Amino acid sequence: MSPMEQVPLWLAIPVSALLILGSFLCVTGALGLLRLSNFFQRVHGPSLINTLGAGCMLIASMLFFSVMQSRLVIHELLITLAVLLTAPVTTMMLTRAALARDRRSGRPDVPPRAGEKGGDVHTGDRIE
Amino acid sequence: MKRWLPFPIISALLLIMWLLLNETLALGHWLLGGLLAWGVPYATRRMQPLRAKKVRRPLMAARLVGVVLVDICKSCYQVSKVILGGAHRRRNSGFMMVPLDIKAPHGLAVLACIITSTPGTAWVELSADRRWLMIHVLDIHDEQWWIDTIKGRYETPLKAIFE
Repeated sequence: MSPMEQVPLWLAIPVSALLILGSFLCVTGALGLLRLSNFFQRVHGPSLINTLGAGCMLIASMLFFSVMQSRLVIHELLITLAVLLTAPVTTMMLTRAALARDRRSGRPDVPPRAGEKGGDVHTGDRIE
Repeated sequence: MKRWLPFPIISALLLIMWLLLNETLALGHWLLGGLLAWGVPYATRRMQPLRAKKVRRPLMAARLVGVVLVDICKSCYQVSKVILGGAHRRRNSGFMMVPLDIKAPHGLAVLACIITSTPGTAWVELSADRRWLMIHVLDIHDEQWWIDTIKGRYETPLKAIFE
């Protein structure tokens, strides 16, 4: 008897559905890296993975282990929190680094600096 | 109190996180976790330039979280369609400017996280006077629609919460 036979059907169905949906989103996100054509487009691919892709997997994991160990398992909430806090920051830093690189090398398709008259870019200095 | 325990809420959350991750309430973990929960915020207290104001509208904040979750699901679907769809759908991306009214730095930080977390849009840069935001959008079908979405769905509640 395999361990999966101990899983009740009412639990197996939502958990597998969430896992399949999550995996589908992860594959799509990874395919995005292959199919999209420039750096700024490719930034959007992985965000599928770290939002809904990871979310589906984590909810599935919470459901499964909460029922199978018959107590509330909430580690996954901590993982969600960590992913939600860190992923946007790395994405922003990568985007800005790529933009700075493209501007310095004088590519033609790079937008001018944000601001009406080509003002300086906000660097995060302190204002009260 | 303020001098020796600069961020009591962050310290409490760190301690809770430590105990949850270790799945224990043993005395040793209370001590070790407590030491880390006090020491890390204390050592990094100079890295936070501005203290956040007290969040005033918890209901509105909860609704904003709901709106963002729904929008993330919707844009996941849209972005999947762009990635898996025909080649013509992938030529529609570009940078665009959004005029901003919100000035509070913590509100801007949350807005940056919302825009970047939502698939299909990424925060690029803010002008020095904080009045213009440049974003990159995977599928700009209508610039005005994106401006209205960002200002109406995210910026207006954030302004009410943080200002």
